[in-house]
Amino acid sequence: MPAITVTVNGRSASGEVEGRTLLVQFLRETLGLTGTHVGCDTAQCGACVVHVNGTAVKACAMLAAEADGANVVTIEGMANDDGSLGVIQQAFQDNHGLQCGFCTPGMVMSAAALLAENKNPSETEIREYLEGNICRCTGYHNIVKSIQAAAAAS
Amino acid sequence: MPKDQGIGAPVKRREDVRFLTGKGRYVDDMNRPGQAYAWFRRSDVAHGTIARLDTSAAAAMPGVLKIFTGDDFKEKGGLPCGWQVTDRFGNPMQEPRHPVLAEGVVRHVGDMIAAVVAETPEQARDAAEAIEIEIEELPAVLDMKEALAEGAPKVHESLTSNCCYDWGFIEDNRQAVDDAIAGAHHVTTLELVNNRLVPNAMEPRAAIGEFDASSDDYTLYSTTQNPHVIRLMMGAFVLGIPEHKLRVVAPDVGGGFGSKIYHYGEEAFVTYAAGVVKRPVKWTATRSESFITDAQGRDHVTKMDLALDADGNFLAMRVDTYANMGAYLRLFSTSVPTYLYGTLMAGVYKTPLIYTNVKAVFTNTVPVDAYRGAGRPEATYQIERIIDLAAAEMGMDPIALRRKNFIGKDEFPYQTPVALVYDTGDFHAVLDKLMEISDHAGLPARKAESAARGKLRGFGVSTWVEACGLAPSALVGSLGARAGLYESATIRVNPTGGITVFTGCHSHGQGHATVFPQIVAEMLGVDESTIELSHGDTAAGSFGMGSYGSRSLPVGGTAIVKATEKVIAKAKKIAAHLMEASETDVEFANGTFTVSGTDKSVAWGDVCLTAYVPHNYPIETLEPGLEETAFYDPANFTFPSGAYGCEVEVDPDTGVVEVVGFYAADDFGTVMNPLIVDGQVHGGLAQGIGQALMEHTVYDEAGQLLTGSYMDYTMPRADDFPMFQVDHSCVTPCTHNPLGAKGCGEAGAIGSP
Repeated sequence: MPAITVTVNGRSASGEVEGRTLLVQFLRETLGLTGTHVGCDTAQCGACVVHVNGTAVKACAMLAAEADGANVVTIEGMANDDGSLGVIQQAFQDNHGLQCGFCTPGMVMSAAALLAENKNPSETEIREYLEGNICRCTGYHNIVKSIQAAAAAS
Repeated sequence: MPKDQGIGAPVKRREDVRFLTGKGRYVDDMNRPGQAYAWFRRSDVAHGTIARLDTSAAAAMPGVLKIFTGDDFKEKGGLPCGWQVTDRFGNPMQEPRHPVLAEGVVRHVGDMIAAVVAETPEQARDAAEAIEIEIEELPAVLDMKEALAEGAPKVHESLTSNCCYDWGFIEDNRQAVDDAIAGAHHVTTLELVNNRLVPNAMEPRAAIGEFDASSDDYTLYSTTQNPHVIRLMMGAFVLGIPEHKLRVVAPDVGGGFGSKIYHYGEEAFVTYAAGVVKRPVKWTATRSESFITDAQGRDHVTKMDLALDADGNFLAMRVDTYANMGAYLRLFSTSVPTYLYGTLMAGVYKTPLIYTNVKAVFTNTVPVDAYRGAGRPEATYQIERIIDLAAAEMGMDPIALRRKNFIGKDEFPYQTPVALVYDTGDFHAVLDKLMEISDHAGLPARKAESAARGKLRGFGVSTWVEACGLAPSALVGSLGARAGLYESATIRVNPTGGITVFTGCHSHGQGHATVFPQIVAEMLGVDESTIELSHGDTAAGSFGMGSYGSRSLPVGGTAIVKATEKVIAKAKKIAAHLMEASETDVEFANGTFTVSGTDKSVAWGDVCLTAYVPHNYPIETLEPGLEETAFYDPANFTFPSGAYGCEVEVDPDTGVVEVVGFYAADDFGTVMNPLIVDGQVHGGLAQGIGQALMEHTVYDEAGQLLTGSYMDYTMPRADDFPMFQVDHSCVTPCTHNPLGAKGCGEAGAIGSP
């Protein structure tokens, strides 16, 4: 099996992967970073969104081998250096932007990608950007509020 | 200024921190030492006889430890149904065996035929696909009315027909209802489909079975809403493992909505297989598997007649419902269209005569079970739709027609003609509140504005009540429940004052870890941060019935209140000893014990330490320790109610419907944490609006599920909704629990579709 080396949350990580191993499997099974979730098998739900070289990517739709040499950020890499919640994470807690927590990592990673490219998105822009992330608990209401609050705070 | 802790405070959820940092611990995040993996080979046809099943080639494949088939479970019990329904002729329902793995016949796409346990998931999957299976297809039964026709193919050959039961409620009223309808000034008739839904909790189900050879103990880690119930059912009824040798753990669970109540065959399988292969066995569903195995919801076809007098007073209601059970019975499936449906047909109205007939039907589809609201959304939808139709037919305003027939706020407790007694409510008040928050007065102007843009604008109203807080054990027992529905709580005060609260409920998004400590903190006057909730592990805490039916707060929360009261009572005895006072003179407030009329006081922490370090202690009359358990069985259901309004804009050229406003005015009784209540309503609304406008489950004539993935089944997305406006300021507290709480988990999905 080929070995890959990926920078994950600022640290270099290596491991052997099969050709069919998905990036999300590599993160969860090889590296033990279980914050990235698998909610579907058709690249629809967005629970597995991570950042690869600064772009939001569904980690179930990318082979681990494709990420060789890449810089990957997962939900585990989103807190501040002192361990406190980052601005977006804190906004989700403040606004009850999560319930069961399963879609949450993907939501936070998508929100971060949105705010990186649009510092002050409108409600419509937020809702449209979240097209690829499904939540079954919140009705999206408080997720949208959380992202609005994060935009206002940063 | 709002409180920052205790009952009613909008406390931010403490569990959020782990979920937001990727430290949540769901079943699929767990791996046990030496773990092997299971993969199930499932039926790809809706109905058929297994003519050949040859596992020999698959068994020889790399990594395969063992392959199991129906023969391995022949001596085991079937997967249980929790409610016995008696039909209108006095006979018990037809209840077929539901084996863990198919025994010669498959009855829906997704039915489990065989299972492989192998070293890796990939090896298990490859081997499962290599099992040689020939199925002789039988005709699939899909339409409920066709399924009940004479000579229809049977889903279960052992049964007399595809009718699980033909239920009448209340059977003695049947003739009186028919007569009232026959003689009425006006009768409105409406037949509606309440479409089948796939619950789609975002976390796919997963299970890990483990066997400890040193103790012969089994452990099951599972994505369940009710670990204690799973232990009882799987241990006692399916596998025959005594409960003291079986532990069930439900760690973080990623949503349930009813679909994770049932004891699934996969749970029994991994537990049993772990004992056979002497290794932990893990299984995680793919989403595709979830679609063909998780309990689906709703699926009724109902014809209703509503009789009115010339003034619009409701005289009688007759309901004829076909309820799809799918291929097998699940835990609540038989109760949903009966005790959670027929009993709700009065709604918020004074209809004096009601008769409901329900025919529950087996079909070759995925089994149906409770899904958020479970029976109550079906009842509400039917009632509210027929009232709108009646208003249109009689030329009346639909809101005025509702008000005319409301149960008045002075008429509580109100005995409905369908068994329930509503304790409190104020249906005019929630409707008034809806009119206010939705700016109903401004609707004509908004309609005109839409018309100017070539759009049509409309406003729909639904006023609803539900029975939740499941449930008074004696009552549900008389209705056919095979278990009582009390709840337990244990309050363990630790020597230095920290408190562990054990509950038999389970949180899979509801925020119990935040709310339950709010209650205890309020009662004890201590800081919430000194209180921790323990749940989801049968090895910790007392037996409990789990979380569904909006029961966690009204039933589980009340058990916590009762246990805390016991703790206070005992702590007072200890304090009395420390202060050399009579127990009856000891008062407790804000975390301090005092003796009335004196300046003597002792702090909470000193009492806790004394309880465990009893150097100077009346050991003859008082046991050491400070830990109390309470079981609470409610005297009645709770009855949340509300008025919902949906404003839509329709493009007449394309038919596209846009929800431009959604307004919910609810009466949940006393609210513990408004932040969490808002969130519960939002989520329910999205599921209800999803049912009305987006979601639909489709099988083709052969019984293949056409909507079997997120590519085909329309899950509501963020851009399908506006911001919701929710209000729960109308409060009529529940009269029979000390919190005054009614429950809020299902409301949104009941009132909105």
